[in-house]
Amino acid sequence: MSGSLLLSVLTGGDAATRLSPRGWEQLLREARTPQLTARIGQQAKDQGWYDRVPVRPRRHFEAMHRACVSQQHMVRWELGQIERALAPLDAPVVLLKGAAYLMAGLPVADGRIFSDVDIMVPRDRLQQAEAALIARGWISNVHGYDRQYYERWAHELPPLQHVQRASVIDLHHTITPPVSRTPVDATKLFARARPLDGSKFFFILAPADMLLHSAVHLMQEGEFERGLRDLVDLDALFRDFGRNSGFWPTLLERASEHRLGRPLYYAVQQVRSLLGTPMPRDFLAAIDRSRPAFITRRAMGGLLRTGIVGATARGATWRGDVARGLLYIRGHYMRMPLRLLIPHLIRKSGSHLAFLGRGRSVQSIPAGGNAPGAI
Amino acid sequence: MILSEVPETELARRIGAEGLILECGPFVVRVSSPIAAIPQGLGLLYADYPVLDNDAFADIHIRLVRHRRLGPLGAPQVVFDFDGERPFSPLPLAHAWPCFEWALNWSIASSANYYLVLHAAVLERGGQALIMPGPPGSGKSTLCAALTARDWRLLSDELTLIDMECRGIVPVPRPISLKNQSIQIIRSYIPDGVLSRTVHYTAKGSVAHLKPQSSDVRRAGDNAKPGWIVFPTYVAGAAARLAPRSRADTVLELGNNSFNYHIQGQLGFETVADIVEASRCYDLEYGSLDDAIAAFERVAGTRS
Repeated sequence: MSGSLLLSVLTGGDAATRLSPRGWEQLLREARTPQLTARIGQQAKDQGWYDRVPVRPRRHFEAMHRACVSQQHMVRWELGQIERALAPLDAPVVLLKGAAYLMAGLPVADGRIFSDVDIMVPRDRLQQAEAALIARGWISNVHGYDRQYYERWAHELPPLQHVQRASVIDLHHTITPPVSRTPVDATKLFARARPLDGSKFFFILAPADMLLHSAVHLMQEGEFERGLRDLVDLDALFRDFGRNSGFWPTLLERASEHRLGRPLYYAVQQVRSLLGTPMPRDFLAAIDRSRPAFITRRAMGGLLRTGIVGATARGATWRGDVARGLLYIRGHYMRMPLRLLIPHLIRKSGSHLAFLGRGRSVQSIPAGGNAPGAI
Repeated sequence: MILSEVPETELARRIGAEGLILECGPFVVRVSSPIAAIPQGLGLLYADYPVLDNDAFADIHIRLVRHRRLGPLGAPQVVFDFDGERPFSPLPLAHAWPCFEWALNWSIASSANYYLVLHAAVLERGGQALIMPGPPGSGKSTLCAALTARDWRLLSDELTLIDMECRGIVPVPRPISLKNQSIQIIRSYIPDGVLSRTVHYTAKGSVAHLKPQSSDVRRAGDNAKPGWIVFPTYVAGAAARLAPRSRADTVLELGNNSFNYHIQGQLGFETVADIVEASRCYDLEYGSLDDAIAAFERVAGTRS
């Protein structure tokens, strides 16, 4: 199956060192879209075969490593700015996803490229938090209907971008849309959130909640081109948290409390079948009780696999496009009841159904421009 | 093997099928396209570039295809396909050649984080590099083209690559992009220069590309050491004026003129500081090409 080279390197130790020059080229192409280049470089270092990577491919790993280090440096700095902006609020501010992985020093952060900072505050402090960030220069370019969409139906506000530094903040009040099939009560998340080590200000989610957020993200956000990266995140989180035997029962308990058993089931299936993530037998037996009916299970398993694996470079096939299109629709369906979804899709039919035309949008940057690199 | 040794039919076949693998300085580029302008342009401007076997490792993939939709007035369009992504809007098919050059610029600039990349033309004489940063309109490319005809070796007309380990300046010689009036100026300044057909009404106006000297392409593996940094400004009717420039200010300005200074951290800062330390720095104001070239001869006399 296409995309298997990236998967075999992610799962297969130093098999990469036996690649031909074309093999290296193929691997780097496959790793680009899901942004796993730096991750593989990190894996090579951890497993002790980085020195055996030929010089030309190694330059790419080195370049992505530098980009990754500088991004992490910038995110740390931006978090300092966010802390200054939100400190007067006197509300708990929880770091989510990449920022949480990085600041908590989790292994999943190694070689992980990200730039947007996701944070969560209690819903009744959301407006205040946004106003405080706006006062410090983060603004939103989303207005009118789109703004209303976020405010009424989403679990976050429209992205805020800093006017000078272009850093982006996603301000959440929970981790799934309140109108979705799987609304998550944020008070339960805040109740188990813990202070971030070394910070007097930020919180992070409890390990089980952090993992469930990652699983929900894979299933709902509709970014299946980068789905493999979400799976790599999940794999690292499972391996890291799973070393503590108390984690597995807590995960099951939290999944049922938040009613996120189904997304967790799908995440477990995919991460095990594609990345071979080890899990205790009794956990697997328990999670199996969240499985859907046979037909749904087969259909979703196939779609996810085709959508995720088929998205890697050159493996981009019509099957992958169709699978991602269907998953995208499903993601919407899960996010909103039909009575809201249908009017929304009609309203957005121009842009939201664009996946039919191959999904990825074309920037309207005119050819030329001033920078030489800017075609 | 160099590109001119590949028979024309074989060249078109490879580009139309599995792709042609070219060596552009430190980058290996796989080019494929069903559009006839691509083998034609490569045959004209890249004749001296090394061609590698199909099983070589390529850093960069340039694929130009016809866009599915027609443009205004039903005109066919060309689009840069980047492994299934289309980072830029389609252009008229007649712009296919400049589109190739822009796609390659973009790909090099975005895959060159192994190097510190400055937005500057760079030439070499006697092993020393002349770095010439300059905003559009400063005449950087025109000066660069003229200097290549006056015993300066072309390293690049837009991207100065610095190897941060050895502080060497790495050549990536490419055809020089000329715009609008510069095209005629260079035609008369370098009568035997080879230029691609001028393409009008692009986002940059009229553009043509000047073929680099064969010897400059052959010497793409020879790095240069820092020598001079000159910031040119074109002032209509002005006499040439060469003034020394503060090193501290030059460090700041090079940082501002860099594509990836911000990601290189401390090593990037130290590299820029070392390059400036080892260079003589000037501002050059000029009103005519001949004056400017004479000023560069004076600059070259000031070896450090």
